[in-house]
Amino acid sequence: MLKIDLIKIEVNGTPISIPQDKRVLDAINLSEQKVPTLCFDERIGPQGTCRMCLVEVKIKEQMSYVASCTAMVEENMEVFTHSDSLIEYRKTLLELTLSEIKWDQKSMDDTSLTNDEFKMAVEEYKPTNFFPKLQTREKVKDENPFISRDYDKCIACYRCTNICNDWEQASAITIDGRGQDSKIFSFFDNKLMNSNCTFCGQCINTCPTGALSNKKLELDKPVEKTKTKTICPYCGVGCGIELISDGKKVLGATPDFSAPSKGSLCVKGQFASWDFVNSKERLTDPLLKNEHGEFEKISWKKALDTFREKLKGSIDNYGPDSTVWWASARVVTESNYLLQKFARTVVGTNNIDNCSRT
Amino acid sequence: MVGRGAMTNSIEELTGSKLLLVTGSNTTETHPVISLRMKKAVKNGAKLIVIDPRKIELTKWATRYIQIRIGTDIPFYNAVANYIIKNNLYDKEYVDTRTRGFEELKKHLERYTPEYSAKICGVSVDDIIYTAKEYAAASPKAAVCYTVGITEHSCGTHNVQALANLGMLCGNFGRPNAGINPLRGQNNVQGTSDSGSLPTDLPGYQKIEAPGIVEKFEKIWDVELPRKRGITKISAMDQMIKGKIKFLYVVGENTVVSDPNANHAEHALKCVDFMIVQDIFMTETAKLADLILPASSFAEADGTFANTERRIQRVRPSISTPGNAKTDVEILLSLFKVMGRKHKSEKPADIWAEMSSTSPLFSGISYERLENEGGIQWPCPEFSHPGTPYLHKNQMESGEAGIFSPVDHIEPAEPTDSEFPFVLSTGRRRSTYHTGTQTGKAKGFDKLINEEYVEINPKDAQELKIDELDVIKVESRRGSVEAKAKISDKSPVGAVFMSFAFPETTRTNDLTSDAVDFITETPEYKACAVKLSLIR
Ligand code: SF4
Ligand code: SF4
Ligand code: FES
Repeated sequence: MLKIDLIKIEVNGTPISIPQDKRVLDAINLSEQKVPTLCFDERIGPQGTCRMCLVEVKIKEQMSYVASCTAMVEENMEVFTHSDSLIEYRKTLLELTLSEIKWDQKSMDDTSLTNDEFKMAVEEYKPTNFFPKLQTREKVKDENPFISRDYDKCIACYRCTNICNDWEQASAITIDGRGQDSKIFSFFDNKLMNSNCTFCGQCINTCPTGALSNKKLELDKPVEKTKTKTICPYCGVGCGIELISDGKKVLGATPDFSAPSKGSLCVKGQFASWDFVNSKERLTDPLLKNEHGEFEKISWKKALDTFREKLKGSIDNYGPDSTVWWASARVVTESNYLLQKFARTVVGTNNIDNCSRT
Repeated sequence: MVGRGAMTNSIEELTGSKLLLVTGSNTTETHPVISLRMKKAVKNGAKLIVIDPRKIELTKWATRYIQIRIGTDIPFYNAVANYIIKNNLYDKEYVDTRTRGFEELKKHLERYTPEYSAKICGVSVDDIIYTAKEYAAASPKAAVCYTVGITEHSCGTHNVQALANLGMLCGNFGRPNAGINPLRGQNNVQGTSDSGSLPTDLPGYQKIEAPGIVEKFEKIWDVELPRKRGITKISAMDQMIKGKIKFLYVVGENTVVSDPNANHAEHALKCVDFMIVQDIFMTETAKLADLILPASSFAEADGTFANTERRIQRVRPSISTPGNAKTDVEILLSLFKVMGRKHKSEKPADIWAEMSSTSPLFSGISYERLENEGGIQWPCPEFSHPGTPYLHKNQMESGEAGIFSPVDHIEPAEPTDSEFPFVLSTGRRRSTYHTGTQTGKAKGFDKLINEEYVEINPKDAQELKIDELDVIKVESRRGSVEAKAKISDKSPVGAVFMSFAFPETTRTNDLTSDAVDFITETPEYKACAVKLSLIR
């Protein structure tokens, strides 16, 4: 067994024990306190670019400032997250950051800003002073069906390019230019359809400000929305997704970051997991074929009575093995368990199979 | 071990493997998120060997790409194993303590020298030696991943055995970051087999024919159970044509489109007296039914799915079923009721509890645990058991030594000839799924791909004077379809590739063969002989 050495540190006076290979940010989270992190995504590691997570630390009577997302914990370290100077610093930094982008209270209410970290930062530090904008960015003309890009909202945290390179392994987008002039660009002509983009949507989900957003998400409507953690309906990877709904319709999907898939999704899970659910072509009533070969709507009672009569006829005249039952790899295990149990215990046949062979 | 069809190891473990051998799996297209973990492994320093007739996307990441002739997996892996044995590269201690049948295997493989197999497989001798050396060197952190490319052959089961032999030789079973890993297709294939929806198995892969099993279930369910094994889907269709099957109940399968030799399947279903389909759309198959029961999509379902790494995960309803449709569980419960046999447990949690209590494979998994801990991987026999990231840890799950099974090469059931000179293989593309009943309805997906293509090698295209996007006719002994040509060196010379996601315009499975693996009866999607002609 690997022996993990725990060390003792204090966060705002609260003592905690933590493995020594952890970051200061982990310690803060572990002590259930919070600092804003705009450029940090667990899955790609720290970038250290936004500087919002700066904290004061004291080691052996020495005070210093560190970015909590990059600094490692040390024995007997004391961490201070909310000194007056830090609060003032974060407010100014946020004001500077927001001055550079298209931002107003309205964009805060825009629910397509899915990233809570950004929202929390704004709510906690209440920016009030804004500075003259240094640059405007070109509008991106890109007619892909899934992702809209508004770099007027980009704070240059580079979470998107990092997630695209190091997590999605697609390298579809990159930083072009340096410093103030830098912008996000995709090969070859800045149209995602012509790039390596797999439309996995990971960049949208990591973007803190909504500069990248999901074209398909119908979230702006003022209704109660619920999020339900479930599993993607497509392949055998079984990625975790959260379905967003207004109680009647599914409006869209986002990754479930807490699932073993850690938020990864492919284009199907991200963009194709709900249209079919809401489709007008869904079957809504039991249908029975009449003598002309046309389907007629019937009640469940009639459907079930027909089922019983036909099944009984088959069993009585030809025996249970004249019936065949095929389960589905797309329905829940519980339903398939019931189907095989029905075939075996009620009908009395083992003629049950599923499509796992096909 | 092979029969349960799940990964021996876990998806996340791939990132820590020293070597990945990916064979017959177009992972970037069929299991996109697993391919990300493979690419991550390469970035972490792992070697990646891709062995596939098609030059798939993953080959860009490969340390070596080996373009093997379709259907020649067994001689390839036999030669690799032979080389490993001859050069003493195998794990002797593991072979001595954990396996049986080594001497027989050794003798059987003698014939498969690298030179002999290289000729059959259309690869270089060095390709075989390289694979053998690298695989042995990386063991016991060498993982093999395969998909239907391996199993959808008439010798599919033997292909898997050839791979398992290799795994056992080098001690890659029961070790982290290793194993022999089938990547399963549909979201709940694993759970469906787990549930006992198999003609030979009760829940938890408990064989009807094993002593005491039927009796055990008779006690649990309190009824007398049929003793005779049931018939597979494929034999059922033959029986239908012979008029022996009178009643058919199909849940959510677009069988007519997804089955090989679709004409044959359609004909079979039409021979049944009464057919019921439980589904969410009026699929091609549903149109053939006499009675249709409207069911739930995953977004309305309450229950569990099991993924390809044996992980049971909760599926939770986001909305309720449309109109008078019911959830699949509700429909099944009403079938019990209308037959006067009301089912005791009605809540998914209780149904799961009943199912899991019948099998040591998942008796330690409850909804409560899934809620608190997230997905859990079987085997999980006790509530205090954490689940099993990799199988066969201290001993094979069977409790016995792993058995080497010598296997031989068999040519595909339908070889090419002068009339049908091309090999057609079929599969999936990333932005479409299976028969397209779901992705086909997603807005925006038509921009990615909106019709079927026939992928053809530039050389073949040139010979037949076919240009990009020309409409061509693809004809087999069973039927013909039309589709546009896509010229691509993904397809090797002499082979073409199609998916079956656009059934309204192109019924690819009208072409494919109904030859099946003689052990599991998995249809041979991967190889059938066709001819091509230019239409315009
Ligand atoms: S959608 Fe995925 S592949 Fe495309 S740019 Fe975003 S992260 Fe990269
Ligand atoms: S998101 Fe993509 S990779 Fe993940 S389960 Fe769905 S289809 Fe498979
Ligand atoms: S979160 Fe630490 S620098 Fe951005």
